[in-house]
Amino acid sequence: MSPLLWLIFLPLAGGLIAVIDGRSRTRSALWAQAGLFGCLVAACRPVFFVLSTGTPLVLHLPWSMAEGNFQLMLDPLSAFFLLPVVILGPLFALYGAPYMRHYSDGGYRHGVHWFFYNLLAVGMILVLLARNGLLFMLAWEVMSLAPFFLVLFHDREKKARFAAWVYLVAGHLGGVLLLLFFLLLGTSGHSLDFSTFQPLSLSPAFRHLLFGLAFVGFGVKAGILPVHVWLPEAHPAAPSHVSAYMSGVMIKMGIYGILRAVLLLGGPVYSWGMILVVTGVVSGILGVLFALAQHDLKRLLAYHSVENIGIILLGLGVGMIGISQGRPLVAVFGLAGGLLHVLNHSLFKGMLFLGAGSIQHQCATLEIDELGGLKRRMPKTAFCFLVGSAAICGLPPLNGFISEFLIYSGAVHGQTILSAATVWPLLLTLAGLALIGGLAAACFVKAYGIIFLGSPRSSHAEDAGETGASMYLPMGLLAVACIGIGLAAPLFLQLVRKPVGVFLPTFVTLLPFADAAYQLRIISLVGAGVILLGLGFALLRALLLRNRPIRREATWGCGYQYPNAARMQYTASSFARPITLFFDAILRSRVTGNVPEGLVPTRIGVETDTPDPLTRFCFTPLFVGISGFLGLLRWMQHGRVQLYILYIVTTLFLLLAALAEGWL
Amino acid sequence: MSLTAVILSLLLSPLLLSVINRSKALLAGRRGAPMLQPYFDLVRLLKKGVVYSNVSAGLVQLAPVCNLAALMLCTLLVPLGPLPALIHFQGDFILLAYLMGLGRFVTMLGALDTGSSFEGMGASREAFFAALAEPAFFLAMAGLAKMTGSQSLTGMLQTISMDHWQHNAPSLLLILVALFLVFLAENARIPVDDPTTHLELTMIHEVMILDHSGPDLAMIEYGVALKIWLMAAIAASILVPSGTNPLWLALFLVLMAVIGVLVGLVESSMARLRLIRVPQLLIGAGVFAGLALFLEFVQ
Repeated sequence: MSPLLWLIFLPLAGGLIAVIDGRSRTRSALWAQAGLFGCLVAACRPVFFVLSTGTPLVLHLPWSMAEGNFQLMLDPLSAFFLLPVVILGPLFALYGAPYMRHYSDGGYRHGVHWFFYNLLAVGMILVLLARNGLLFMLAWEVMSLAPFFLVLFHDREKKARFAAWVYLVAGHLGGVLLLLFFLLLGTSGHSLDFSTFQPLSLSPAFRHLLFGLAFVGFGVKAGILPVHVWLPEAHPAAPSHVSAYMSGVMIKMGIYGILRAVLLLGGPVYSWGMILVVTGVVSGILGVLFALAQHDLKRLLAYHSVENIGIILLGLGVGMIGISQGRPLVAVFGLAGGLLHVLNHSLFKGMLFLGAGSIQHQCATLEIDELGGLKRRMPKTAFCFLVGSAAICGLPPLNGFISEFLIYSGAVHGQTILSAATVWPLLLTLAGLALIGGLAAACFVKAYGIIFLGSPRSSHAEDAGETGASMYLPMGLLAVACIGIGLAAPLFLQLVRKPVGVFLPTFVTLLPFADAAYQLRIISLVGAGVILLGLGFALLRALLLRNRPIRREATWGCGYQYPNAARMQYTASSFARPITLFFDAILRSRVTGNVPEGLVPTRIGVETDTPDPLTRFCFTPLFVGISGFLGLLRWMQHGRVQLYILYIVTTLFLLLAALAEGWL
Repeated sequence: MSLTAVILSLLLSPLLLSVINRSKALLAGRRGAPMLQPYFDLVRLLKKGVVYSNVSAGLVQLAPVCNLAALMLCTLLVPLGPLPALIHFQGDFILLAYLMGLGRFVTMLGALDTGSSFEGMGASREAFFAALAEPAFFLAMAGLAKMTGSQSLTGMLQTISMDHWQHNAPSLLLILVALFLVFLAENARIPVDDPTTHLELTMIHEVMILDHSGPDLAMIEYGVALKIWLMAAIAASILVPSGTNPLWLALFLVLMAVIGVLVGLVESSMARLRLIRVPQLLIGAGVFAGLALFLEFVQ
């Protein structure tokens, strides 16, 4: 059997056995894990081969369906996106097994859950391998439907049902556009096989239209603003390992789709890069602003996925502008940065979602203002979460900085050589990325500081304890990966060499890659320097303090008698308030309660709440309007079967009549 | 002798603080503390024991060492007038900005570690103002990169010559103004923050470090001196002509002192802005830098 088929077969088999053996909670999880680990082992050789040589692996099978062959191919781009799918899938499952122990009463169907978990992996793998439009759409549907059932795991909660519903609708509206994209592109060749598409025979305007279809269709999955609305609903509702897999890995399939669509359309043009940059800046800045205004940790993380997708788009947009303007250095830096950020984000965002899961597991709440002081109670989880927080803010010496540096560097270089008319997206990238970085730091200082530091704000947090090793070890592995990529950046740059080569001939990428490797080597060295010097100072301090008093006292409270009262601490809302107030025109936070008034205010208590403005002001009115309009047709639908049969017969008769008259 | 720049930065940085303090004192009609007072303070703090908050979970200890480590590595990246930086490569200013960002990140976490609402307040303000200052800094650097064709701090700052001043004077001036505003905000000076204020409620930087003491506080104070020195050095280096003439090094040091006096003048002549005005100041800095870039592109 071809190695590519093993990649699909093993997790599928694991999932199927899991559902057959679904009575046992532990065994079904084990079967699913076995399938995913098998897939990881099977993927090692082909992925390594493709990423090191750049030669694609191909599999052709005859197919009885119309429009082409059953074609699978693993090219460097697919292989790169396959990495997080096959590595993080089993790792999150490893975390998921003990996490799911919490839900052990009879109402929860664990076998089914693990089946759909593995099916999600299978769907993503098949999306990456498919080289036929029909096969791609089938795989895309599998990948889109599996999370619906995963989110519905908590189907007794109204919130989860709503989230799954929003996800389903969003996913399928995107799917319609993709179907159109492939069908229209198929008209350029004679089948839906990717290899037979002839994009250059199409008029430029038609190609722009096709790109638009693909960008919006894939953008829904990726969570680009303004079609991100399913993310903040679905991620919080799903079990944490599922949120991690969806947010860390699945949404990247949207990015893969955009890149694949660009290749299928014959390579990037300037205006597409421009669109990517503009949507990237909007997603990035608004994503982090919405995140700042959230009180629920998982919702906050979901919005940060929107932000990071924005950063990825910025990188890819800079790269595409570089390609279209014939500037290899800009192209390589942008693309390499964007692609590396895909990998990096899957690592730290996956870890942060696992951390959120551990908090939910131990404290039974994710309300940030109910938590506090968890670092003392869950030190290992806290350490991993700290690494993840610093990494997602793009701080050295961690992996997030590596990819963001490449994007910055590409944009800075580009703006010195591009003409005045074409340069503005690069300047937008620079300013946007800087603002995003600063706001992300604010948001994660808030998240980490309020959750893990200070004193507990509720009994939930007060009584929390560390999770079991099977829950913090997967996080630890991811933390090591984040640090490792930061300290060995030139090595990991090699991962994207061949994928970037898919867009550009190899000989023009050699010099830019040498430049990037040189810069990253220095950055890694400086990063190591920060760690070593920090350790050195800590040692120095320990030496200085050897024979001196180290006292523990109450926090300075400006003379107030009870400075340590948990209620007096700053809350997440108050921490973010200056920023959310400044951007209130966008965020439209709702303030309820008794705002202090007069000279001697008595009862004071203020709550802020920031539902997604786009859902609130755009999509909800839109869908309510549509449903109101369709309600006008409800008189046709009254549940009498006889009448429905009459409709069918009438339609059939009309169609036959039309055929007979030659109208059709 | 590229190590010279590093050593000079490490040795002289506290002196800039005393220049500021001395000029403020003279303007207020006082004699002022001795020029070496910051050094005495550091030594005194290093000799003390420490007090930690009993709420703290360890970030209070992590923050000073991590912050100082990041800022010390920044000294490797910044050229001092004619002296090139020890490490320079294309895009090194990005690393510089993010190393400072790392220092700020851990300092803010160290503040929240004490569970004090005052320190939370300070961290919240610091986070907001820093986020607004970043785009201004990056646009200013992009402006210099466009003008000089180089993307390393050393390359940019040492390429600027009289030629650039003749052709690009408006852009250069705008960039200088933008950098000076960012410098004031990042280093918690008036009009953004008042380092000598007495009321915790109105502080930004000072309130974040309320619960640090002894060697920890020494590390933080030294970090403050390094940061203000490095950011002033970038501005001063723009004004120093290129070339290895030792006279230029003297000019650079004089310019650093001038910047110190300038800060003292600003602090003596105006009050701090209301907190809701500060964002406007920083966005103004961004607009200046953007305008500088615009001028370069239309030329």
